[in-house]
Amino acid sequence: MELTNLTIQEIHQLLITKKISSVELTQAMLQRIHEVDKKVKSYVTVTDDVALAQAKQADERIAKGENITPLTGIPFAMKDCISTRGIKTTCSSKILEKYIPQYNATVTNKLADAGAVLVGKTNMDEFGMGSSCENSAFFNTHNPWNLDYVPGGSSGGAAAAMSASLATFSIGEDTGGSVRQPASFCNVTGIKPTYGRVSRYGLISLVSSFDGIGPMTRDVYDCATVLEHIAGHDENDSTTYNSPVPQYHQNINKSVKGMKLGIPKEYFVAGMEAGVESAIQEAICTYEKLGMEIHEVSLPHTKYGLPVYYLLLFAEASSNLARFDGTRFGLSVSKNAKDVIDIYLQTRREGFGDEVKRRIMLGAYALSAGYYDAYYLKAQKVRTLLRRDFETAFATCDVLLAPISPTTAFKIGEKTNDPLEMYLSDIYSVATNPAGVPALAVPVGFSNNMPVGMQLIGKHLDEATLFQVGHAYQQVTDWHKKLPTL
Amino acid sequence: MSTIDTKTVKHVANLVRLGISEEEAQKFSGQFSSIIDYFNMLNEVDTENVIPASDIANAENVLREDEVKPSMSHEEFLKNSPQSERGYVKVPTVLGDE
Repeated sequence: MELTNLTIQEIHQLLITKKISSVELTQAMLQRIHEVDKKVKSYVTVTDDVALAQAKQADERIAKGENITPLTGIPFAMKDCISTRGIKTTCSSKILEKYIPQYNATVTNKLADAGAVLVGKTNMDEFGMGSSCENSAFFNTHNPWNLDYVPGGSSGGAAAAMSASLATFSIGEDTGGSVRQPASFCNVTGIKPTYGRVSRYGLISLVSSFDGIGPMTRDVYDCATVLEHIAGHDENDSTTYNSPVPQYHQNINKSVKGMKLGIPKEYFVAGMEAGVESAIQEAICTYEKLGMEIHEVSLPHTKYGLPVYYLLLFAEASSNLARFDGTRFGLSVSKNAKDVIDIYLQTRREGFGDEVKRRIMLGAYALSAGYYDAYYLKAQKVRTLLRRDFETAFATCDVLLAPISPTTAFKIGEKTNDPLEMYLSDIYSVATNPAGVPALAVPVGFSNNMPVGMQLIGKHLDEATLFQVGHAYQQVTDWHKKLPTL
Repeated sequence: MSTIDTKTVKHVANLVRLGISEEEAQKFSGQFSSIIDYFNMLNEVDTENVIPASDIANAENVLREDEVKPSMSHEEFLKNSPQSERGYVKVPTVLGDE
């Protein structure tokens, strides 16, 4: 039994029956990180001391039998865009390379309260801008299934860490597929929750109206466990829902027989890798065997999802990233600066990578006089139509099933010369975020030896149904249990 | 085919306070043109009478009492600032005296 490969549920049993301690488990995890992560490079920072201290506290909690949660003593990784007090939070950007937050994100606090053990902060595309982790200002993360391939992005480090058994769960962030696409590339389960389900307080914003923090785990059951602990209303984030967080495990074992599964036909068009399509079709057959009713549905504005997503991203990111100005925190370049504007110009020039520069400039373009109506406003109108597409589909279906990415992981360097081609790889994952609906990524097989994932898309706040449907699949398949050899 | 010339690139770079070189402006100009060109497909969509999206979660305003609560101290806040003096963030002259 390899401790680092186990699920939260399995480890929890070992911890509460005192077969292992959290300190032993954490030491094993840290040791594996120090050995294996040289190859994978999923972590920007490994927090040995914090982890061991938290593990010790968790063991004390367990010894006293007080306040034990399913996450008590469980080692996890956090994407490096989520603030951790006293621990570097870089967004994989030079501009925040030395930034140490003075406060915790709400998610960080919630996990600490639950007794989870932070083992490190994971690599990402700079500020979440990318689909391959190649836009990290520090280094590339490698796909544990083939080290020459990308892990996906932007939460590439988070997914690679899960896949390489370098964390028992990890926390990612999904603005347009950034949890689901790397989960799919690395054979990991992960969820982008409903917008407003998890507090964004302390998350370094990319697109304030899309961003969603979500867990990445070994299976759907664990995913439900983690979401339950990080979701909920937060007075520091007014966009969080006030409605209570359901007990996601309550109906997770209920049969899916008779439920209606929608297959959006616009997601099955030319350009999909054959092995991806056949894995997805097989998953649909599995659900048919489980007694679900399969319906073809139409989301007619799907192909406009990509421009809507990117235009709104550019616009919101250009204003969100205005805060990085070299005066209050982060990198400051003031060589011979004659005024404060000079500091801005130099700091941002040296601190931001090319993709960030592209996106904030395009954002200013889409928002500037003469173009606002044609781009920003037009995109917000089509966003309304995208949202209506989902509402119409959910009038007749309980859940939708679609691919996450048209291909499996691509080779490192393959798409870095053409930004538009990189954007196009997000075509299946982006539409959910402008609509705010939740989507669960579940492994469904392999194509050319690389993992394939499907996404189950649900109604607003209906994560419980996604977990039920995802869990039903994992009860009859074992793709999610497959691990790479490293 | 839309073209975003280097003049426009330099203009938007200035709007977002980003120093760029002539070389970079040329590189971005080509990339921006192909990206914006692709995005122009939105023109195909009929959005007559469609209300632009403004929120996707809670449609109501969230109000609260305006209460004074403890927040980060000056000292703590300034830990991350590149230059500070007497409890303030220090920057070069903003309003010139020339």
